[in-house]
Amino acid sequence: MAAHTTISRMGSSISAPLWRHPAFAEGARDMAGITLGISAWGLVTGVAMIKSGLGLPLALLMSLTVFAGSSQLASLPLLASGAPLWVLWATAFCVNLRFLIFSAQWRQYFGQEPRWLRMAIGYFAADLNYVAFLKRFPDGKPAPEQLPYYWGGVVVNWSSWQVPALVGIFLADQVPTQWGLGFAGVLALLGLSYSLLSDRNSWVSAAVAACAAVAAYALPLRLNILVAIAAAVAAGLLMERWAPARSKPA
Amino acid sequence: MSFWWAVLGILGMAVITLVTRSFFMLPKDEIPMPDWAKNGLRYAPLAALAAVIVPEIVLTQGQLVSTWQDARIYATAAGTAYFFWKRGILGTIICGTAVMLALRIGLGW
Repeated sequence: MAAHTTISRMGSSISAPLWRHPAFAEGARDMAGITLGISAWGLVTGVAMIKSGLGLPLALLMSLTVFAGSSQLASLPLLASGAPLWVLWATAFCVNLRFLIFSAQWRQYFGQEPRWLRMAIGYFAADLNYVAFLKRFPDGKPAPEQLPYYWGGVVVNWSSWQVPALVGIFLADQVPTQWGLGFAGVLALLGLSYSLLSDRNSWVSAAVAACAAVAAYALPLRLNILVAIAAAVAAGLLMERWAPARSKPA
Repeated sequence: MSFWWAVLGILGMAVITLVTRSFFMLPKDEIPMPDWAKNGLRYAPLAALAAVIVPEIVLTQGQLVSTWQDARIYATAAGTAYFFWKRGILGTIICGTAVMLALRIGLGW
């Protein structure tokens, strides 16, 4: 176990041992089930960038650097209408606000890594990496297999997003968007959500989040997601405090 | 908006992705977080997922779905049924998407 730890800690600086670690394959496997949904979403986003009037070079630049689907989609009408840069950037920031919360949790696992690595971890940590990682390591304590597990999931998520996005960019006119293929992405997240429903509190907080997100949908910049997270956290804590479960599953 | 203006805008968005996703990992020292917050944030992943998908299923242009002729309802029902039958995410996607395409293409919903 001690030797194991040394190897994966060294893996922080060298990449070869990292992807040979069994947790790398595990992280990749845990992400594999939802790649179909991620791909459908990436494809639709690629098409949307071209259809909004963004030229090929700009669409490629955006997909390969911004790497945040909801932020990209929110920015398209702004770029098309020539909105001022500060409006564009404020929008991207607000749409990404949920990642601030996620980054506080990432810190519990990777706070000991060097800063450049923490930033790289942050950059590639899309929503689904976060959800899969917290499902696998729920207790907020660092462990040596977490880094390879993380990168395994990132490799699968990044490529199953970027490749279809590029296909969508290059073949925008051939992709039938009227069929609503992006809904496959919603179904992927739906399945993932169901797999996270464990005890009563998780059901209640998810229901609260869903209602709050719908009720606050009129808020600009997808701020309804933040409202929903706040409401769900509050509901979960209140349930623990005032209505503790009789037999609490771990 | 000129080409280079858009390039600047997009690169700025990339920096925003980097900064927001690594926000609390940027400082050298850990930011102390109270235990109740650490505990409460366990509910955040599922909440974020629910907040993203439920409006996509039940809203059309910001209004609650008011017709039964909406393929999304049946696609969601089919995906849900599959999940609680077999517990597989891939099957949930395939099952729901199949129903979706059948209704969209077959019935024009």
